[in-house]
Amino acid sequence: MAATGPSSTETLERVRAGLAARYRRERRFRLFGAASAILGLLFVLMLFVSIFSNGYSAFWQTQVKLDIYFDPEVIDPGATGEPQVIGKANFDKVVRGALYDLFPDVSGRQERRDLKRLVSAGAGFELREQVLADPALVGQTRTLWLPADDEVDMLVKGYIDRDLPEASRRLKDRQIAWIDALAEKGLVERQFNAAFFTTGDSREPELAGIGGAIKGSFFMLVVTLILSFPLGVAAAVYLEEFAPKNRWVDLIEVNINNLAAVPSIVFGLLGLAVFINFFGLPRSAPVVGGLVLTLMTLPTVIIASRAAIKSVPPSVREAALGVGASAMQTVFHHVIPLAMPGMLTGAIIGMARALGESAPLLMIGMIAFIVEVPETPLDPATALPVQIYLWADSPERAFVERTSAAIIVLLAFLLVMNGLAIWMRKKFERRW
Amino acid sequence: MRLSTLLLILTVMAIAAFMLGRRRSIQVAGGYGAIRTLHSLPKYYGYYVAIWCGVPGLLLFGLWLSFGDALIMGRVVASLPEQLRDLPDAQLSLVVNDIKNMAAGQFMNPQRGAEIAVAADLYNSLRVSARWILSGLIVALGLAGSGLAWTRLRPELRARNRVEGIVKLGLILASTVAILTTIGILLSVLFEAIRFFQKIPMTDFLFGLTWSPQTALRADQVGSSGSFGAIPLFTGTLLISAIAMLVAMPLGLMTAIFLSEYATPRVRAWVKPALEILAGVPTVVYGYFAALTVGPLLGDLGALLGLDVASESALGAGLVMGIMIIPFVSSLSDDVINAVPQAMRDGSYGLGATQSETIKHVVLPAALPGIVGGALLAVSRAIGETMIVVMAAGLAANLTANPLEAVTTVTVQIVTLLVGDQEFDSAKTLAAFALGLVLFIVTLLLNVVALRVVRKYREQYE
Repeated sequence: MAATGPSSTETLERVRAGLAARYRRERRFRLFGAASAILGLLFVLMLFVSIFSNGYSAFWQTQVKLDIYFDPEVIDPGATGEPQVIGKANFDKVVRGALYDLFPDVSGRQERRDLKRLVSAGAGFELREQVLADPALVGQTRTLWLPADDEVDMLVKGYIDRDLPEASRRLKDRQIAWIDALAEKGLVERQFNAAFFTTGDSREPELAGIGGAIKGSFFMLVVTLILSFPLGVAAAVYLEEFAPKNRWVDLIEVNINNLAAVPSIVFGLLGLAVFINFFGLPRSAPVVGGLVLTLMTLPTVIIASRAAIKSVPPSVREAALGVGASAMQTVFHHVIPLAMPGMLTGAIIGMARALGESAPLLMIGMIAFIVEVPETPLDPATALPVQIYLWADSPERAFVERTSAAIIVLLAFLLVMNGLAIWMRKKFERRW
Repeated sequence: MRLSTLLLILTVMAIAAFMLGRRRSIQVAGGYGAIRTLHSLPKYYGYYVAIWCGVPGLLLFGLWLSFGDALIMGRVVASLPEQLRDLPDAQLSLVVNDIKNMAAGQFMNPQRGAEIAVAADLYNSLRVSARWILSGLIVALGLAGSGLAWTRLRPELRARNRVEGIVKLGLILASTVAILTTIGILLSVLFEAIRFFQKIPMTDFLFGLTWSPQTALRADQVGSSGSFGAIPLFTGTLLISAIAMLVAMPLGLMTAIFLSEYATPRVRAWVKPALEILAGVPTVVYGYFAALTVGPLLGDLGALLGLDVASESALGAGLVMGIMIIPFVSSLSDDVINAVPQAMRDGSYGLGATQSETIKHVVLPAALPGIVGGALLAVSRAIGETMIVVMAAGLAANLTANPLEAVTTVTVQIVTLLVGDQEFDSAKTLAAFALGLVLFIVTLLLNVVALRVVRKYREQYE
């Protein structure tokens, strides 16, 4: 055998010589891949750790135990018992009185003012609500837990460095001494912060809650679901089952795919120009937010519903048509019920996306500072993500904690919704 | 009458019409025994009558919801005293707001209180009477419609075909909402943008180098030049997006390669959903993460290296945006890598290539169009992303390519210009719509190209 090129042994030699380097490269490449996957997981971990470590403490709120004497002289000097009189009474003075009784040796304007600041400015409102609900309280003494000021809260939770010079913290030395004295007597305690879930926004961190934002988000999601699910299913049914193959239908399909990728803020511009400026709907209302989110989630719902309809095998349709059902009856009696789990899964995922969306809501004025919890979808409201955005801008240390806590709640909602979607897919998924 | 009550009444009427129609169809057929002489099932005759009862009223109701308030307000404004009516548009809209607030019993404007109180009374009374007229009309329409349909019921009436035709019409209308949305977006940003370009020449906007949208309130005010050169915004947006892509592209692509080519099914089953968590996290959370954790971290790191990192640097925003986009890139790349036929890999192995050589020289080139399409979609997301940059990038429009400095983006400026008080005739507010138009057009082009590339690629291997 006459070798014309390099002999087979020579080739083998060359291949062998390069093998070590090639295997090294193989291992390196593989390592890069694993490293980037691990890096991605690390990011997930970092995000969650940073949010949770900052936020979990907001679910507890420092409370101060005070013996409150509902002084008739202050609350209702004429003993009228009328809600108007009680409503206008100076309940701060009642709170102050209880504090002064605890520290009888504190005197002087400035010192007393510092003492008063230990308790939240909202304590007076809380007492007023109680007296309005039960006027018989006037003249009695009750032992009550009242929310402490946010700076006190931060100190008790250990976020304020006691070793800092007095000028660079917001609590004075004597205030810290009072708090320690109260804590020694067992009058300061961290309790579960139920108010955080029920109250609206506030400038005082210890009074601010996500109740209003949750309700605003809820109203929006209801509007979005009511509109986007039927519309999305109807559009998907038409496009999958009835639409002829022509340019118009092509245009619709291209449009849906594009809308799914349009930046959300552009939908906000649409809402501002059309719903608010043209149709004159109220600003900051969950209805408008729901309409904007409907347009935004519609492509997602349509795409998911189409996939679900597509997965129903043609034999089902042929059988229905074969026994004499009309095309419409086939779709409504057989295809839609069989595709329903897939459609619902798509709708839930769409809703989860809508719940986390905030950019378009900024455009339609849902960013206002709103204290009241909305009662109807037409009341001004804010949404959970927007509330997070608003709090993130606040300088107080206590708002860092609240913001992270609101994020935890938002993530919990998203987790539940996505979990529900996954569970539904697992439970009802059918392989044909 | 409240509108919800009206809707309830309409629903009850439609249900009644359905039952009457069904009964009537059996009657005209000549009893239960002769139902087979009917063209359709009795319930279709019921639906037929119910549609005639409810749909005209619903249409009227929808029209009223859309335009009723504007009609009434037009009447009220026409009745205002002359000195109020002749106010410029912006002030007139304030008066209209006052009237509405007063009518809702919310607060009193001490200025011109008397005139506004009169107008608010008129507004309220007009609203009440309009509601009654509307209710009467809707009920009458329902009765007339169902009556007409009821008399037309015959055994040979093709009720099912009629009903199905109307249902189909509804389906078609639902599918056109997507087109209406696109048209709505285009028109709403286009009109305001055109008004903006009437005030500021388009060339100044597209090619100007200074952005400072504060317009002077008084003629002699200092420092409020009101220049609308958008180049610094475009460069800022591109800088942040480029950083994001530099982070997301290699990480996302390598993750996808690892997961689809190397990882065991068990690893894949755990890692993939865990990474998808990143995709489900709301952007406002990333923004907060960027501002609270990443920003200070970069600042400390910069101080350590002797670099001056701005607290709202482009690097911080871009980095976090990149993290956000990783799962997007990796899942799109995963799809296209999986679409490459196994036979191509086997061929390469058969020639003696290692796995990484196969990936680099066979799989990636084959998947390249799909990966490029995915990258374009990712760029379009980065450009349109709002919350991260609003919270972590700056407001100052610096024209710089230094990632350690603060830059601003198109979306940040849209938000800052539109949040808070707005006047719809100032260039400042309108500028937001011009920016929105640019954003929409750019992302639309990117999406169209990307979707076309991805689709072409998919067809290749199917």
